[in-house]
Amino acid sequence: MTATQNSIAAAIAVNRFGLGARPGELASVEKDPEGWLRQQLKGAPPVLGGEGLKPSAESLEQVLALRKDLAKARQQKKQGNEEAAKVAASLKLPAIYRPVYLDEAQARFAHAVGTDRPFLERLTQFWTNHFAVSIDKIVVLGVAGAMEREAIRPHVTGRFVDLLMAVEKHPAMILYLDNQASVGPNSRAAGFLSRRGGAQAAGRKVDINENLAREILELHTLGVDGGYTQSDVTTFALAISGWSIGGEGPNRRLLRFGGGNGKPGEFFFRDVLHEPGAKQLLGKRYADGGVKQGESILQDLAMRPETARHVCTKLARHFIADDPPQAAIQRMKEAWLGNHGNLVKVYEALLASPEAWSGPLSKFKTPADYIYSAYRGLALPVADKRQSLQAFEALGQRNLMPGSPAGWPDTSADWDGSSALLKRIAWSDALAQRLGDSRNARELAPQLLGATLTDDTTRAVTRAESDAQALTLLLASPEFMRR
Amino acid sequence: MRDLVSRRRFLEASLFTGATSIAYARLALAAAPTEARFVFVLLRGALDGLSAVPPVGDPHYSALRGQIALAKSGSDAALPLDSTFALHPSLTFLHRSFTAKELAVLHAVASPYRERSHFDGQNVLESGGARPHELQSGWLNRALAALPGAGGKEPGVALGANVPLAMRGPVEVASWSPTKIATLDDQTLARITDLYARDPLLSRRLADALESDAIANEAQAVASGDGDMAAEGDGVVARDARQRRNFGANFSATARAAAGFLKRDDGPRVAMMDITGWDTHANEGGAQGQLALRLRGLDAALQAFRESLGDAWRHTVVMIATEFGRTAAINGTRGTDHGTGAAAFLLGGAVNGGRVVADWPGLSPINLHEGRDLRPTRDLRAVLKGILRDHLGAAPRALEAEVFPASTTAPPLPNLVRG
Repeated sequence: MTATQNSIAAAIAVNRFGLGARPGELASVEKDPEGWLRQQLKGAPPVLGGEGLKPSAESLEQVLALRKDLAKARQQKKQGNEEAAKVAASLKLPAIYRPVYLDEAQARFAHAVGTDRPFLERLTQFWTNHFAVSIDKIVVLGVAGAMEREAIRPHVTGRFVDLLMAVEKHPAMILYLDNQASVGPNSRAAGFLSRRGGAQAAGRKVDINENLAREILELHTLGVDGGYTQSDVTTFALAISGWSIGGEGPNRRLLRFGGGNGKPGEFFFRDVLHEPGAKQLLGKRYADGGVKQGESILQDLAMRPETARHVCTKLARHFIADDPPQAAIQRMKEAWLGNHGNLVKVYEALLASPEAWSGPLSKFKTPADYIYSAYRGLALPVADKRQSLQAFEALGQRNLMPGSPAGWPDTSADWDGSSALLKRIAWSDALAQRLGDSRNARELAPQLLGATLTDDTTRAVTRAESDAQALTLLLASPEFMRR
Repeated sequence: MRDLVSRRRFLEASLFTGATSIAYARLALAAAPTEARFVFVLLRGALDGLSAVPPVGDPHYSALRGQIALAKSGSDAALPLDSTFALHPSLTFLHRSFTAKELAVLHAVASPYRERSHFDGQNVLESGGARPHELQSGWLNRALAALPGAGGKEPGVALGANVPLAMRGPVEVASWSPTKIATLDDQTLARITDLYARDPLLSRRLADALESDAIANEAQAVASGDGDMAAEGDGVVARDARQRRNFGANFSATARAAAGFLKRDDGPRVAMMDITGWDTHANEGGAQGQLALRLRGLDAALQAFRESLGDAWRHTVVMIATEFGRTAAINGTRGTDHGTGAAAFLLGGAVNGGRVVADWPGLSPINLHEGRDLRPTRDLRAVLKGILRDHLGAAPRALEAEVFPASTTAPPLPNLVRG
């Protein structure tokens, strides 16, 4: 590689594959841009948690306890106890969840800004978005961040099947997609309820909820064109009926059937809710084996070529271009299928694709990318919880709130609206006003943008009428808006 | 508040500063060629049409719906429309509009999409194609291109930070949502405008943003006293909680902003809003509960829109639609799963309302689509084509060739607007 090629590759490495350059970083990356990225895949992924972050089971256990108190208070309220009515009103889920969410969001933000392995963090966030849960469903507010730490981070450089299994069994995913109370119509629980005759009389129906099964097939594995049918969705939902959460739930009366209640707040297979019998899915028969039935299906799904193609297409779209190059997808897919879904091999195939190193600035940054790169480039500390969260809200990408199980969208047209652009500029300007002359945009511009810095931007930054305005122009420049 | 006059002066001054003039000239405000207004409201997540417009007269309805079924009579009863249909009790404004013949209710409608993915379903509904991802632009944008005299001005606006697929395409469409730009001075904006001169996308976007911002500020100055738009100095979590409590007020603010754009003589004629949160898989609720709360918010927002729009209401059609319906029966978690046939609404002073437009297939097991969903009996594209042709004056040939290609099986539905 020539010096120019290397400096372009370095700019691509830190911006396209990373989270933006820190001052001085480009110069060291330039020696071996691809090696810098490969090196980040080695060694155990970093653990977030030094900040006293709570395990999801602990948060959920508190929530279960609160529900019990709430039920008791409601009962007393019915009996006319006014004091209990006040207690009932004060027992709110968000009161437990809010501080947990704030801690998680800040830890996640601080890590993205401070990490020396930004490529690994981009991959982590890619998977968090692939397996999206969204905190606008209130029950997820306190466990969404924990799911990333507990189910995603440990497996980012492992095998896809382990990642998949960890996510689908995580309480956050189970709750987000409503599987905890999905009941097989021929399960022991269903039999019990129909014998009592109470269910029908109360207009209640004992049946599955197919939400999780559908989204696993459509979003997490095969993809919407992956060749499954409505009947596969229903069968899969029956196979994972009983995949639930431990602790005293709404199924207290079913305890007489044995099986216990599991550990509060942890994944728990409730055999009494599980639909018995063998299942036929995508042309294969799965014998009845309790929780193993769903696990076997997930194992097979993880190695289907449709899954490899679906996920590799998303990776290529995320890292290379909105319209992802087929050659790169094919290379990654082969690496996936030839190495039992070893994800590092897939990432290496991505880095080995010439398409990944051409056409810099092909992607419009998401608001989160934009914020991370500004914080990294300006060496800003993530100090105040609320203030740092407000940036994400103002620019339209609230932490862990994609709003749907499909996650945040991933093409330029999804993010480059006129109002979205103005919000970025306004946010950058407010930031620049705050920083004043503590940053020198003329010196920073080549350090952050390297070979992608244009003469136009250099000129604009140089001729600015104040340090703050120069900084605004740098952050608003076309090359800083993209990666 | 932002000094509107100085912003305007800045915009006008830019007309004479080289490269930027092209972008602004395109946005020059001109007399609109038509009085007709159209708003497309997309409810993302699949609205449960059988709860929003319960067929209380269908003999199978209440058994299928179990504990979330709405009652025909009593204190929480659904609001009657005719012998078969009623409206959810949360939809009081819509019910009054129905009585005033300004609401037409559509039922058992669907796009051509027959699978059950939200995202592909929305893609088909928004793109106007027959299959997901077949078209890269949206039908509403292509319709704007086909409208008489639509060139040379900003014909449409999307309420949100970004433009949804239905409005993406060859015609430049602005997006608008509240932004605090008080600290940005015109000098800095002018320099950024110049910096974008060689970047066609960003220079277009910035010009649109400033223009929309000026219009919205003006509308806001007129309305005044509207505290919903930008709550200052408010923590994100506190706001979260308030939004949950107050979903309606939030959406009402957006609806009022839309009215601010549309009521202007020289403003855009077409607007789009989208709202998420209709995916009621668990604990959907009946007359009270999750969905009831959402519907109440939607109803209040539509009322706010009507009130803010003033006289332009009589020239307006609002279409409210969703990607597909939900299962006819409740599931095991007191909610409903992804279905097929859906309900939709046409609201406004220009609507030929006071009627339910439905070829009702019935809810008996044999009549359900794939044994589980309301069978769709009308293609939503027929409704949209009818509105675009009869209300906005889109040329029939363009409707078939460009706006909804491959839709000959769904000819425009006549008589949706007042003659």
